[in-house]
Amino acid sequence: MPRLYTIVAELTYRCPLRCVYCSNPTDFAVSHGDELTTEQWSDVFRDGAALGALQLHLSGGEPLLRPDLPALIRVSRAAGLYVNLITSGATLNEHKLREFRECGLDHIQLSLQDSERESAELIAGVRCFDSKLAAAALIRNAGIPLTLNVVLHRYNIVRIPELCDLAIQLGADRLELANTQYYAWAMQNRAALLPTREQYAEAERIVTSLRENCRGKIEIAFVRADYFADRPKACMGGWANTYLCIAPAGDVMPCHAASVIPGLSFDNVRHTRLADVWRDSAALNAFRGDDWMIEPCRSCPEKKIDFGGCRCQAFMLTGEARAADPVCSLSSEHQSVIDAVDNRASASLVYRDSKNSRRLAAPR
Amino acid sequence: MSALDPAAKPRLANRARLQWDEQGQRHVLLFPEAALVLNPTAAETLKLCDGNRTVDAIVDDLASRFGQENRATIADHVIDLLVRIRERGLLEI
Repeated sequence: MPRLYTIVAELTYRCPLRCVYCSNPTDFAVSHGDELTTEQWSDVFRDGAALGALQLHLSGGEPLLRPDLPALIRVSRAAGLYVNLITSGATLNEHKLREFRECGLDHIQLSLQDSERESAELIAGVRCFDSKLAAAALIRNAGIPLTLNVVLHRYNIVRIPELCDLAIQLGADRLELANTQYYAWAMQNRAALLPTREQYAEAERIVTSLRENCRGKIEIAFVRADYFADRPKACMGGWANTYLCIAPAGDVMPCHAASVIPGLSFDNVRHTRLADVWRDSAALNAFRGDDWMIEPCRSCPEKKIDFGGCRCQAFMLTGEARAADPVCSLSSEHQSVIDAVDNRASASLVYRDSKNSRRLAAPR
Repeated sequence: MSALDPAAKPRLANRARLQWDEQGQRHVLLFPEAALVLNPTAAETLKLCDGNRTVDAIVDDLASRFGQENRATIADHVIDLLVRIRERGLLEI
């Protein structure tokens, strides 16, 4: 049995922002059930720590919308977890930050859409730029370690130096530059968000030199864009191998995106303790190890390195969840990824909100 | 990276936290998105990095517990560890 290391708790799907690359399922506004209670989440965190988890990401939606957030931080920290709050910063204030720190919050990851207001607010779909800068300052003043997280795409990938300057100016410990991964809302907006090959190559070069120049000032993490690679990412370090994502209503998933794969039935922490889910869940066992693999992965010498890539991406791009991730040049469908990059279009943006969610979920 | 000043007073960075890992029966150093597995002497060393003790004092403390005759080896290990932790940005010194 693999050991669980990391839990992402999506405390809610509610969010005041409408980011066009949100990783929440596009049907978040329909039929997902009630959010777990404080007690249910507390059991999940204690059970997760007992299973071996070391890292907890409190995410959403916007986790600040849960009034019990301080209690959840307290219980998870007491269980020994390293507690990271992933937030847009909306509604953050000095009082809340003091409370979070007293409850043992280890770290905050604040999202930033761009270094320029107009572009940032175009991507977030709401006015939020000034409140984010204010939130970053409050976090620094509260003495809580801060990572600024910027999702990269066509609109902001040309401003990496400016983003880095801003992160240093805001006193962030880390800057995470994460290229858009094309799932959920980002998949809806793929044609509009993909950068050019030249833009992406230039971004990699700039990050390499910035890392050198900023040594000692800020740590820069760069999450590569798999669409520009010829080997897939080792998605989640392997399906249900070290990582769990728990949805607001308690479904236990191997990642944010797994609900796109039809036929998977997720166990729920309302009915089953987390240790039993980790061991026995049919969905978690569906792609564990490599017995499920088909060619070209099955006989591939690299299968222990990348696990065949991402099951969700394989399903979305080929219709077969066991297929090689088409990012891989050995996939018979690799051309579809090349075409997606080469045939980018200036499409209009689909915002992540309840109205669009209900429209996307409606039967056609 | 240069060697450490023996009079410097190292302290773990704000974002790094020592934690006992019950399942692995060992200490780990936790920080954003990752963890470092520590052997027992590394864990004892980092526990002493509180911003009040000098590197020399940390070596003295460990030598008093693990044997004065090993002081030179202990000093090498402490400096090697602290340099590596500093390179990862997890030690203020």
